[in-house]
Amino acid sequence: MNGVLLEPQVLVRTIARMAHEIAERNPQSEGLALVGIQKGGVALAGRLSAALERVLGHAIPVGLLDVAMYRDDLDRRAAPSLMPTEIPFGLDGRTIVLVDDVLFSGRTVRAALDALADLGRPRRIHLAVLVDRGHRELPIRADFVGKNVPTSLRQRVEVRWVEDGGDDTVLLQEVAA
Amino acid sequence: MSWTRRHLLDLQSLSAAELTTVLDTARAFRAIGERSIKKVPALRGKTVVNLFVEPSTRTRISFELAALRLSADVINFTAESSSLKKGESLKDTVRNLEALNADFIILRHGASGAPQFLSQFAHAHVVNAGDGAHEHPTQGLLDVFTIRERRGRIEGLNVTILGDILYSRVARSNIWALATLGANVTLCGPSTLVPKVFESLHPRIRVTWDLEEGLRGADVVNLLRIQHERQRISAFPSVGEYASLFGLTPSRMATLSPDVIIMHPGPINRGVEIASEIADGVQSVILEQVTNGLAVRMAVLFLLNGGRQGELAA
Repeated sequence: MNGVLLEPQVLVRTIARMAHEIAERNPQSEGLALVGIQKGGVALAGRLSAALERVLGHAIPVGLLDVAMYRDDLDRRAAPSLMPTEIPFGLDGRTIVLVDDVLFSGRTVRAALDALADLGRPRRIHLAVLVDRGHRELPIRADFVGKNVPTSLRQRVEVRWVEDGGDDTVLLQEVAA
Repeated sequence: MSWTRRHLLDLQSLSAAELTTVLDTARAFRAIGERSIKKVPALRGKTVVNLFVEPSTRTRISFELAALRLSADVINFTAESSSLKKGESLKDTVRNLEALNADFIILRHGASGAPQFLSQFAHAHVVNAGDGAHEHPTQGLLDVFTIRERRGRIEGLNVTILGDILYSRVARSNIWALATLGANVTLCGPSTLVPKVFESLHPRIRVTWDLEEGLRGADVVNLLRIQHERQRISAFPSVGEYASLFGLTPSRMATLSPDVIIMHPGPINRGVEIASEIADGVQSVILEQVTNGLAVRMAVLFLLNGGRQGELAA
């Protein structure tokens, strides 16, 4: 079963709704900042920041986080490419919204929490994901979800961001066995 | 991303893509060294053995810190204090280390080819930390990394390597990495230490025994120490004569381009191959090389840790 989970227009509305939810949960928005997980979370963090700025009336800083060095499967796969970690603000005392495109096993988020802990001590960390596809292997849940999608393990969710050369659609694809 | 090797034995056999992968990975690790918590858990639970059959302090410290910053456990094994002194063979020593579940063996050895020999039977990842006059791959990588960070590229640059080429594994590793990445390499020094035959290694290499010619048009000058300990016969009449003929002095420095960078793998002999004011000057990147060496060695350990055959994931 291949199908479109989110069309471009729906994607834009979904992100706007997530931004409203983030604003609602954080009435004191001064210390709020977004951190996008490389690579799929970076585009979403940028979009959420722009949407939050429209809601809150002030800019929300965005950082990038590469979690490759914190993965728990490094000796079971080819060494991953390392991408930049750039967090242009101090984490101490802030409310951080960790952002990723797809939430699956939860292992990436686990790695991201460890990576953030090495960079500072935020007051609170939320998790925002565009698609929650289930199959968690760790006790992790998202605070803000664009769309919940029941999937099988033989499927993959592909988010095609315009920022990464795509067309702003989210697809569910069967993986060849 | 193209890394599938289990060992790092030399730079001669690495492709441009593989060299670039190490350099790109090292850049991420250098950023780690600039934050307040300099440690990452990438090699947690792994054991790294520094097996230094030939003594070296700075390379061992650099590898040791690299492994510690990746959260590995580290054992230092030196020839003076070890069973090798009691007549045990290298092979048996390594078998014993592997029985302790060593995951990485960093080998410094006086015999060219010792790491290659080890890699033929070791289950651990083998990293060459300098073998005889053959290669010192992580030094070559850190030199190329330092040049790329400073000049933004390697291709098309004119790099002069000055000094004792004949006995230098640093020179050989530099030559291979630079030539593969498209630099033009000039080897310069006394004819007794810079054989013409090096030109046959690669079409991008030229040899000159004339310092003025060797420095002309250089973007990078990499100075090598005169290795008294490796020379069985004296290759030049005196240290004073070497300094006057081939030492980098302020007046020779003045003939170079203002954005030339001056490199040296250390330890430096002030007043012999390099004048003090140049070693401490703004164009010197000697201490940057030390910092970058740590990042490069972290990158090498990180890459070797992954990349097992048949398990290549996205």
